Amino acid sequence: MSALLSVTDAHVAYGKVEAVRSVSLEVGQNQIVTIVGANGAGKTTLLSAIMGILPLKGRVAFAGQDLARLDIEDRVAMGLGLVPEHRELFVTMNVEDNLELGAFRIERSKAKASMERVYTLFPRLKERRKQLAGTLSGGEQQMLAMGRALMGEPKLLMLDEPSLGLAPIIVADIFRIVTELRAAGVSVLLVEQNAQAALKIADQAYVMELGEFVLSGKASDIAANERVAASYLGFQHEGASVL
Amino acid sequence: MNTTIMLFLVQDGITNGAIYALLGLALVLVFAVTRVILIPQGEFVTYGALTYASLAAGQMPGTAKLALALGIGAFAFDLFVARKALHGRLVVRSFVTNIMLPAIVLALTIYFAAQKPPVAISIALSLVIVAMIGVYLYRIAFQPLAHTSVLVLLIASVGVHLALQGLGLLFFGAEGQRGPAVLSGAFTAGALRFTGQSITVYAITIAFIVGLWLFFGLTLYGKALRATAVNRLGARLAGIRTTLSGQIAFLLASVIGALSGIMIVPITTLYYDSGFLIGLKGFVAAIIGGLVSYPLTAVAALVVGIVEAFSSFYASNYKEVIVFMLLIPVLLLRSLAAPAVEEEKD
Repeated sequence: MSALLSVTDAHVAYGKVEAVRSVSLEVGQNQIVTIVGANGAGKTTLLSAIMGILPLKGRVAFAGQDLARLDIEDRVAMGLGLVPEHRELFVTMNVEDNLELGAFRIERSKAKASMERVYTLFPRLKERRKQLAGTLSGGEQQMLAMGRALMGEPKLLMLDEPSLGLAPIIVADIFRIVTELRAAGVSVLLVEQNAQAALKIADQAYVMELGEFVLSGKASDIAANERVAASYLGFQHEGASVL
Repeated sequence: MNTTIMLFLVQDGITNGAIYALLGLALVLVFAVTRVILIPQGEFVTYGALTYASLAAGQMPGTAKLALALGIGAFAFDLFVARKALHGRLVVRSFVTNIMLPAIVLALTIYFAAQKPPVAISIALSLVIVAMIGVYLYRIAFQPLAHTSVLVLLIASVGVHLALQGLGLLFFGAEGQRGPAVLSGAFTAGALRFTGQSITVYAITIAFIVGLWLFFGLTLYGKALRATAVNRLGARLAGIRTTLSGQIAFLLASVIGALSGIMIVPITTLYYDSGFLIGLKGFVAAIIGGLVSYPLTAVAALVVGIVEAFSSFYASNYKEVIVFMLLIPVLLLRSLAAPAVEEEKD
């Protein structure tokens, strides 16, 4: 079976500076794939380019179709969703309006059911549905950003640092929901600095350093890798040498 | 001063202020959604007014031809942008909205102009013609620049304003025109005399403000427009096209402009270049509202109208100067209140 998303030899540059170099990756159906790496490794840049926010040199195919000439809105309509690092909510509008707009491209009749699903996934949002998005706590804003993206019925949801700046208990909640999404048939591409948590739930993993993938494989293998353990998981195996 | 004169001036000020409020709201809307400072708003006023007056006088307005010409331009832009991935449905849709629609309106205009149409038909045709001009202008002049800075958009906006003003002279000549009142008749209440026209102005302004409020608060497209204004990237990630929001904003702005013109032209003689000054007063109100606040803009517009009425009574030579001087304390206060901010990056 062919992959849902496949990126081949991608380069992304800001002016003359190449932030992402020769990166290839695949996300299969019903998979959680994670990209871990330090701050500034190019993870966010890569996601933005896959979404069409930044120009990308190389090939990106989604559900078998080349994305080269499609803009952000076309990619959304195809079933690609991005929850950006800064969430980009409509802060002066209430929770329900934010969600409703997430389904802008979806038939009105289906949007109603989508909203119920999102509320089941995030009961907190239902409690706050008349509250302005800008007045929510950080965790609730993250839930709303994910909920809004899910309203567009994505086949692949890309999450950029969903745990950034959140309390551990909320992080656990969000990671649990990510696994629920996989069970519901949504593939997830997860970018995280919190490598330990991300590797625990992911199927496949890529390790990114200075704009390139230095390691890839099954998430469990990556988690067991000594070098990764030393640099990203904050502990060293017995007798491991740091490369 | 006696109270009758004062009441009369306030009434006059509110009538004008209501129109400035509509124009100011349109400016805030267009700026919030597209970051364009809509200098040509005044031309929408003139075009609406003079198209209406010409039709009512049984003359053929040149604006109908301009709409078709701009429509052809917009169609060419659509084809050029989509040249690598042309498909039939896109071409047909663009042809229908950019060429067929203005062609039909042009034919109707030619047909009705010859026989002095009733007021309602003149109004409807004028609104449709100016609305099309607004939307096609967005397609041709602003959509290709959508990613550029506010300054570039402003320069384009000045260019469009100058071009439209020149065309206005070509279409309507240097003489002023007046149009028939939408509603004739009058009644007096105490010392005040309300003409049918001023009642029309109040009614239409209030109806429009309520309508806009419902549109933005309740409809999906209204919310999408607000979303684009609040967070452009967020809106795109939700699948809302910035170009769609821009088109709706320009559509609303041009309809508001034309409607304002149609309401003014029975009261005041308008010339091809009168719109600029009228639009500028809406702009003063919008600036007082910081180009973001709708309620503040509406209130400021009423103040502008009243100040204008009083200054034209006491010092009519300086009436424009006094109105525009309102800006100076506001800008001073605003610059003190808000430290310099970087231009929005996106």
